[in-house]
Amino acid sequence: MRKELVDLSINGRRHELAVEPNRTLLDVLREDLRLTGTKCGCDDSSCGACTVVVDGQPMLSCLLLAVSYQDSQIQTIESLATQGELGALQRGFVQEGGSQCGFCTPGMVMSLHTLLESTADPTEEEVRAAISGNICRCTGYMQICRAVRHAVAEIREEEIREKERLHA
Amino acid sequence: MSGSGDIDGWVGRSVPRKDGVAKVTGQARYVDDITMPHMLYGVTVRSSVPRGRIKAIHYSDKIPWEQFTIVTAANIPGENVIYLLMGDQPCLASRVINHSQEPIVLLAHSDKNLLEAARGGVTIEVEPEPGVFSIEDSLEQKEIVWGSDNILKQYHMNKGDVDSVWPSADFVVEGEYRTGAQEQLYIENNGMIATASPAEGVTVWGSMQCPYYVQKALMRLFALPAEKVRVVAAVTGGGFGGKEEYPSMIAGHAALLAWKSGRPVKMIYDRAEDMAATTKRHPSRTRHRTAVSRDGKLLGMDIEFTLDGGAYATLSAVVLSRGTIHAAGPYRCPNVRVHARAVATNYPPHGAFRGFGAPQSIFALERHLNKVAAVVGLPPEELRRRNFLHQGDLTSTGQEVREPVDLEGLLDRAFSATDYRAKVQSFARSNIGSRIKRGIGFATFMHGAGFTGSGEEYLASIVGVEATADGGAKILVAATEMGQGSSTTLAQIAADALGISFDRVTVAEQDTANVPNSGPTVASRTCMVVGKLVETAALALKAKVAEAGIAGDFSTASAAYIKIHGPLRHFAKYAAPPGIHWDDQSYQGDAYGAYAWAVYVAEVAVDTLTYEASVTDFVALQEVGRVIHPRVAAGQIEGGVAQGIGYALYENVQWKDGRMANNQMTNYIMPTAADVPPIRVLFAETPYAYGPGGAKGIGELPIDGPAPAIANALENALGVPFDEIPATPEKIMTAVRGAR
Repeated sequence: MRKELVDLSINGRRHELAVEPNRTLLDVLREDLRLTGTKCGCDDSSCGACTVVVDGQPMLSCLLLAVSYQDSQIQTIESLATQGELGALQRGFVQEGGSQCGFCTPGMVMSLHTLLESTADPTEEEVRAAISGNICRCTGYMQICRAVRHAVAEIREEEIREKERLHA
Repeated sequence: MSGSGDIDGWVGRSVPRKDGVAKVTGQARYVDDITMPHMLYGVTVRSSVPRGRIKAIHYSDKIPWEQFTIVTAANIPGENVIYLLMGDQPCLASRVINHSQEPIVLLAHSDKNLLEAARGGVTIEVEPEPGVFSIEDSLEQKEIVWGSDNILKQYHMNKGDVDSVWPSADFVVEGEYRTGAQEQLYIENNGMIATASPAEGVTVWGSMQCPYYVQKALMRLFALPAEKVRVVAAVTGGGFGGKEEYPSMIAGHAALLAWKSGRPVKMIYDRAEDMAATTKRHPSRTRHRTAVSRDGKLLGMDIEFTLDGGAYATLSAVVLSRGTIHAAGPYRCPNVRVHARAVATNYPPHGAFRGFGAPQSIFALERHLNKVAAVVGLPPEELRRRNFLHQGDLTSTGQEVREPVDLEGLLDRAFSATDYRAKVQSFARSNIGSRIKRGIGFATFMHGAGFTGSGEEYLASIVGVEATADGGAKILVAATEMGQGSSTTLAQIAADALGISFDRVTVAEQDTANVPNSGPTVASRTCMVVGKLVETAALALKAKVAEAGIAGDFSTASAAYIKIHGPLRHFAKYAAPPGIHWDDQSYQGDAYGAYAWAVYVAEVAVDTLTYEASVTDFVALQEVGRVIHPRVAAGQIEGGVAQGIGYALYENVQWKDGRMANNQMTNYIMPTAADVPPIRVLFAETPYAYGPGGAKGIGELPIDGPAPAIANALENALGVPFDEIPATPEKIMTAVRGAR
C-alpha cells in the first residue's frame, strides 16, 4: 500500500511521517514514534488500554486511522509528567495503588485526565462512568477511584495555596 | 514515607510501590514495547478441528513463501514436547490433533502485515475423528482421547470411614454443583521475543510468571543445557495463572523461528488468539453426599470432584490436588472421602488460574452446606458455626490446626459489618411484590498458601540478597512482578531484616542468568515462602557483616566490607517448618504450612423483568497473618473479589465444536467499573510464626469466596437454588420460571 505523508500533532509537537492510510493511530504511535506508553489490549475497541486524548476527548486509538487526525491535538500518557514531575492524577495512582500490573493504567489515566479537565470534583458515579470503557483485571477499580479522590484533593489544596500566594 | 527506616520498620506500611512511577508514566517496558534490530514477527497456524489426524499441510501458491521462515515439528532440534509435569503435550503437532487450537506450523516475516494472509495460505488437511466434550462423555469413555481411560489424574482421599456413618445419620443430603471455564483475561496478552542459534543458545524475553519453567521447557525442546538457555521476564501485565505454563509454549515457538531464521523473533498474541488458545480455569462437576445429625453436626462427607482437564495433562494433577484438599472446607468432620478426577476432553488444555481448583470445590461445598442447613432446619450460619475447625482439630487431610483460628469471631464481625441478620429479614419483607428482589449470602472458607504437601520441599527454592556498593541491597529472586506488588513487599521485608531504608532495596530483573530459582510465581507463595527466604537471607547477610567487625550501621559496614572483601551476598534455601509431614500415598498430612481464613458476604439485587443480577455490596473479611503492605493487600483482595463476581455472574465461556466461540472482550463479559460495587476489605491479623514478619499468602484467597456467597445471595433473593455458575440472566430466568 502507498504511504501518505501526514502531519500529526502529538503531545504539543508536530511529527511529519509517511504512513499507509490503513494504519491505526495506535500503531503509528507505538511503532513509528516509539511512544509505547499507549497499549494494545484487544485490537477491537473493547478494553480501553489504547485510550488517548484527541481534541480533549478520550478516544480509542486502535479505532482511529492516523491519516484522519492531522488537524487534531493528540495527547498520550507520555505528556502528563512534565520534566519528570508526575501530574496529580499520576501521583494519586502511585499513592493509592491504582496501578497494579500497569497495562490498563495509561489508558485509564487518559480517560480520567479528561474527566478532571471538565469536572473538578466528580462523583463516584461520574468516575466509574468515565472508566467504564477501560477494563482493569487487577484492582477491582476501588483503588483507581481512590486515586481520583486523592488527585482531586491535591489539586484543590494546590489551588488554595495558589490563591493564598496571590493574596499575599 | 521516604527517608530512613524508623523504629517501627517498613513492614505494615503502605509505602509507594516500587513499580508505580514507571507504570503511571508509560515508561514500564512490556514485551511488546521491546524491539530488536532485524527482528521478525511470528505467527502460529493452528488446527481447525478438535480431533483428528494430520494428512498433509498445503501451502497456497499465492504466497511468496521464500520470504517467510516456516517451522514445523520436523525443525525441532530436541524433543517435541512442552515439558512441565508430563511430556504429553507437543510443541507442534505432527500427526495427531487433540484440540482445536493445536499449533502445527509457525511462520515469521519482517512485515507483520503480510503474516495474516500467509497464515490463511496454509491449509492443514485433517482426517477428523470424533471428540469428547463433556466430563460425562469422558468418564463414559465414549472415545478414548488420552491414555487408556481418559483419566489425567485421580486421588482417593480418605479420613475415617465415611461408609460407616450412613446408617446412623439423621439426614443424608445430596447435591451436584457445576462451575464453568473462566478466562484469566490479564490485559496484556501473552508474548515473547527470542534470539537463538546453535552457538549462542536460546534467550527469550517475555510476559511470564515462571522463568525457570520456561527454561526447563526450552532445554528439552532444544536439547540444550541450562547455561545455554536464558529466560528474562519483561514487565508482566497480569498473570492470574494464565502465564504460568503457556509462556513456555510461546517461548518455544518464538525460539524455533529464531533458531531457523537466525534473527530475533517477536510473537505477540492478539486477544482473540490469546482467549481461544491459552489455558483457562477448569470447568468442574462436584457431587456431595453428606451425613448430618439432627443437631447439625457433620458426620460424614462423601465428595466426588471432577475437573475437565482438556486435551493434555499440563497442570491438571496439581490443580486437582488443591481442589481436593479444599473440598471439605474449614469444617470439622470425622469421616471424609474425596474421589477426585481430572479427565481429558478435546478442549484446549485447562490450566492454572488464581485459586487453582479451590474455587471450584469451595463453590460446591458452600452451596451444599446451605442445602444441608435447610434440610436440618438451621440457618446457614448456625450449621457452619456448629462445625467450624478450631485450633487442635484435624482438617480433612488429618492436618492438625496448630495456629489459633477463630471462624466464629470472623463470622460475627462480617455479619456486623453487613448487618446480615437484619437484612435477611428486611429483604424478605421488601421483596414481596417488588420487581427488584434483594438477597444476602455468605461463604466461609480457607485457602492454603504455598505448594501442596511436599511440593515446597521438591522445589527447594533458593533466594539471594546482595549488598550493593552504595550501601543498599538487591534481592535476587525469580518471582516476577505481575502487578501483585512483589517488588514492593519483598523490599519491605528485606529492609526490615537489614535495618535499612526501603528506598535502598531493589529487586533484580528476573533473568535466569542472574537470579537463582526461587520457584514459580504462583500458589500465594511469593510473599510467604519466597518472602521468608528473603528475610532469612537478609538476616544472614547482616550477620556476616557484623561478624566482620566493621563499625557502623548495615549500609556503612556493608559498603566498607565490599571495598575490602569484594561482593557480599547470601543465598538461603527453603527448609520446611518443623513438624510438617505429608504422605502422597494416603493424601494425609500437613497439606499446607498455613491457611488463610475468611468470611465473605455478598448482597445482590435481581431485576425480575430482565433477570439481570448485580452485586450491590460486598464485604471481604480475612485472617491472613501479618499484613505486609495494607494497600497492596487490599488491592489483591479487591481485584480477586471483582474476578469472583465475574466468575459468579458474567464470565461465560461458550464452546462450539471444541473451541471458544466468544473469544473477544466484547462478548466474553467481565466486570467493568460500573458492575463492581464498593468492596469493603477487612483484615484480621494473627501473625504466622513461619511467614516473613508473620505474613501468610493472600493472592488466591479472594477468588474462592465470591461465587458461593453470590449464589447463596441469589437463592436468598429468589427462593430457588443456584448450583451452577455463571448465573447468567438466562440461567436465572430458567431457574425462576422452572420453580413456578
